[in-house]
Amino acid sequence: MQIQPILAALRQHRLATLLLALEIALACAVLCNACFLIISRVQHTHVDSGVDESALAAVKLTGYDPASSVDLNARVLSGLAKISGMQSVSVINAVPFGDHAGTAGISTDAAGKQFAGVVDIYVGGPGSFKALGLQLVAGSAPDDGDYRPIKHFVPDDAMVWVTRALADHLWPGVDPLGKEFWSDKFHFRVGGVLAHLTRPYGGEGGPGTIDWSVYAPAQPGEELAGVYLLRADPTELPRVLRDARAAIAAIAPDAVVDSKNSQPLGTLREKYFRQDRLMAGILLGVICALLLVTALGIVGLASFWVQQRRRQIGVRRALGATRSDILAYFQTENFLIVSGGIVLGMVLVFAINLLLMQHYELPRLPLYYLPIGALSLYIIGQLAVLGPALRAAAVPPVEATRSVG
Amino acid sequence: MFAYYMDLALRSLRRSPVLTALMVLAIAVGIGASMTTLTVMHLLSGDPLPGRSQHIFYPQVDPTSHLNPHSHPYDMMDYHSAVDLWSAQRADRQALVTVSALRLTAPTVNQPALMAQMLSTTTDFFPMFAVPFQYGNAWTAQDDARHARVAVISADLNNKLFQGADSVGRTLRLKDVDVRIIGVLAPWRPSPQFYDVVGGRFSDGDTASFYGRPQDVFMPFFSSLEVNDGGFNPFTCWSAPDPGVKLQNSTCVWVALWVQLNSTAKVGAYRDYLAAYAEQQKALGRFARADNTRMFDLMQWLDFNRVVPSDVRLQTWLAFAFLAICLFNTIGLLLAKFLRRAGEIGVRRALGASRTAVFAQCLVEAGMIGLLGGLGGLLLTMLGLWLIRRQPVEYADLIHLDPSMFGLTFALAIAASLLAGVLPALRASRIAPALQLKTL
Repeated sequence: MQIQPILAALRQHRLATLLLALEIALACAVLCNACFLIISRVQHTHVDSGVDESALAAVKLTGYDPASSVDLNARVLSGLAKISGMQSVSVINAVPFGDHAGTAGISTDAAGKQFAGVVDIYVGGPGSFKALGLQLVAGSAPDDGDYRPIKHFVPDDAMVWVTRALADHLWPGVDPLGKEFWSDKFHFRVGGVLAHLTRPYGGEGGPGTIDWSVYAPAQPGEELAGVYLLRADPTELPRVLRDARAAIAAIAPDAVVDSKNSQPLGTLREKYFRQDRLMAGILLGVICALLLVTALGIVGLASFWVQQRRRQIGVRRALGATRSDILAYFQTENFLIVSGGIVLGMVLVFAINLLLMQHYELPRLPLYYLPIGALSLYIIGQLAVLGPALRAAAVPPVEATRSVG
Repeated sequence: MFAYYMDLALRSLRRSPVLTALMVLAIAVGIGASMTTLTVMHLLSGDPLPGRSQHIFYPQVDPTSHLNPHSHPYDMMDYHSAVDLWSAQRADRQALVTVSALRLTAPTVNQPALMAQMLSTTTDFFPMFAVPFQYGNAWTAQDDARHARVAVISADLNNKLFQGADSVGRTLRLKDVDVRIIGVLAPWRPSPQFYDVVGGRFSDGDTASFYGRPQDVFMPFFSSLEVNDGGFNPFTCWSAPDPGVKLQNSTCVWVALWVQLNSTAKVGAYRDYLAAYAEQQKALGRFARADNTRMFDLMQWLDFNRVVPSDVRLQTWLAFAFLAICLFNTIGLLLAKFLRRAGEIGVRRALGASRTAVFAQCLVEAGMIGLLGGLGGLLLTMLGLWLIRRQPVEYADLIHLDPSMFGLTFALAIAASLLAGVLPALRASRIAPALQLKTL
């Protein structure tokens, strides 16, 4: 197939060609960036929380007199443990995907000069480490002596378990076991490293810091009460939680159950990522509509060109061009226009990506999106032009003898 | 002449129904998407106090006793600074604001205890923010001063507890204290719930919670501190508070102050007053620095907190990129359509029609497509807004199509199609009559 005559013909329709190429360029730019957004959102929703979500539920109590916290803990722990199917009940200050409780800025020196970021500290009572199902990658699980009493907020001098992501951030390339960090006057020493533990709530660092969590074992008391971690067999969990909430009315009539936060962790997770899934859905819808509109534009313009050139097609056919020659002509023409659009689109892709990087803390778009985006536009273009091109191929040679096209 | 062009346009549109449908569809889809997102943007970024917001200000001081590592003052104030500034009564109106949760029962109503959100504020809050009352009134400055055990409740809570009846004079039990209801608000739904917007820049764009409903219980500030003692939470602390110290004396920020200043002179005077206060506190050794005061007006404060969720912004950009693609599409199709009629236009030109007339005729046809596309776009916008209302987001119930957006839908559709029509119409009007007639 010779390209020269096609280019010559396109030069006759400079404006329409340019418009189509621009449309494809814009479609290419939006397509690549929207796909990238969808994939980063979907990846975000698949974050590994590091805990056995399907077997865990939280119960949060509010409205009780803080002075009765110790008593409340005792009543709730013993009362809920009696529920059939309950594997364990423990006290904790927060759960993944619930309300945050122990958010604190930390530093790697006692004076607080080397600010190291804002982390979330899970303060958990005896049994909570095992109940969460946390995976150790270094060190050993907390022993009974590690659960220290709290005077305020967290134990003054705590042995803590940090996630691998946080350890890599605080001490890159160094064995974190035994390392220390501080938050104001509180002192922490690393006793172990966890594979994963997402912070309760995304926090100000965005998705990049979602794993910056610290687990600090502590004794329940006035400063650690009200949130309880229930563990049960996943199939029994909904029933166990229902029973637990019913039992609370008798065990702790002085407290109000916070319904929003008293849910299985799976439900909390589902709620937490709802907006991300919604956004991914909207983006997907836009991509479909976008490709459809682009395809319709190609169909419309190609149909017009076919109709306009009926006589020329007839002449070519009369001079010996086969049907497949005509088909190939229109397909090549479309290929050229789409190629032009894609070249322009590549520039736009990165311009838009730069803008998104500035405003949405997105990483740079990986290069492999470009060939995929280009390929899908080529496919859309070829499919869209097929109809009009087949109609063109069906033009009989006798058309050459008719005067008006 | 216009009627004649309309007639011509209609004939032309009917002649190629598929092409017409494609163009109308492209405009409708583009308009539907962009108007849906624009309506949401419009509702979320609007002024919650139209006509008054320019007089409402949010003073801030930096109460840290050692140098604040951040360059901004904290989003709220410590108790002493807030109460000092409030007691000075230097503004036309001033209100302390802080939010807490507490256990609520109504002794005469057979309903289980619930955790209510309580807004602790002072008497000026209600006139300053034009809060509407259904029954009763707000409390007075004397009630503030003598720590009166009174409360104003929301229409929602009144419906829930008292089935919407006039509940003024009835009693609520807040924690262990009986409080008399003296006012019931009419339904009030500011968008956003501006008076307790704080910390927006730490929320990573997820700010939908700023569009929640107002609190259910409003209580005089100082009374509420006694009633819900220990139930208040700090926004943040500049050093870990010592155990046992009351929040009022702690190293934490948790109270906001709103002031109304009715003239620019008063705004300047208040800024000076803030600076002087910080200077005085520095001299007393309470503040580490005196130069870190700030006072935004209401809309600046909302901007600073980036109240419009970043996803909503993203959707708007996306919708407009989509509209642009739809427009390119329409330009291409219109061009094809007009040039296909080159012969017809040639005849008209030969019979004496001017270029302007041909141009106008083509534009009328484009505008007609825009009108049809606008109708389709309106239906799609309503569908889009309906879908958003069904989403589990805080602002879902705020979403509706107001008249200005209704008008804008058509304006945008027609403007878009005219814009799309200009280039093809120019091309069509430049068709040389002779050349076209020759081929006939």
